[in-house]
Amino acid sequence: MTDIACNELVELVTDYMEGTLAPAERARFDAHLSECPDCVEYVAQMHRTVVAVGLSAVELERTPAVTALLQVFRDWKRELATG
Amino acid sequence: MPELAVHLIDPARADDEQLLEALRHGDERAFVALVRRYGGLMQRVALGYVRTPAVAEEVVQETWCAVLTGLERFEGRAALKTWLFRILTNRAKTRGQREARSVPLSSLTGGDDDGPAVDPDRFLPADHARWPGHWAAGPAPWSALPHERLLAREVRERVRAAIDALPERQQAVVVLRDVEGWPPEEVCEILDLSEGNQRVLLHRARSKVRAELERYFADEVAA
Repeated sequence: MTDIACNELVELVTDYMEGTLAPAERARFDAHLSECPDCVEYVAQMHRTVVAVGLSAVELERTPAVTALLQVFRDWKRELATG
Repeated sequence: MPELAVHLIDPARADDEQLLEALRHGDERAFVALVRRYGGLMQRVALGYVRTPAVAEEVVQETWCAVLTGLERFEGRAALKTWLFRILTNRAKTRGQREARSVPLSSLTGGDDDGPAVDPDRFLPADHARWPGHWAAGPAPWSALPHERLLAREVRERVRAAIDALPERQQAVVVLRDVEGWPPEEVCEILDLSEGNQRVLLHRARSKVRAELERYFADEVAA
């Protein structure tokens, strides 16, 4: 069983959070965390990043062009009405 | 088709099924509510396949046309949003392929797996006698930051800017997963990604946003 280095761990952290690491790899990951406060911090920061992304409500910044689409809708409705 | 045989009190709060029902009855407010709910996301996803925002906007518009004309045939076996985004990505792909004939392929497919999560200089070299690949300069702890800090307007703007700077597919994946809360299977289906590829894109995106936050918080946590 080979140990994971910190620079390898940072590339596995999403698989770890997604629960998709193979059991043996997950065990190595956990073993590394038990000895490495820097990587514990790194994983915690990734968790907080996910929270921060969720809180950023990023879509609200992009208001779709409702007006142009309303024309699409009204044309569609008119066509329906006229059969 | 009867005019307004629906009882939508607050379209913004109605769920997709209620909106779909109202839309079938020609309720304009339901249409507007759906556009507001999914329009921005559709634009962002479309940008994963085409080159310019203007083309993405056209794809979004075409998609709404297709949704309206296909409404009668839509049986509701899939969720409305799944159907909507499937139409969108199909159209965006077709459009992107047409564009690709005049664009080098790398500019469309590149950027999905672009570099390490953390600057390699932060780690000790591979030939280090004792700790190869271990942190040379570990991340400064954020534990001193109060949890509300993430809610501050400036922080949210910083996160948004970081997301906007990502390659488009990474944007689409991280927004669908972490902002919209879609499960990975749905993201894979809509964006036509393998599970592994979806995770790679998510990993790149989250890693870069974390790095941006680390830069932003550096002064606050150094003290």
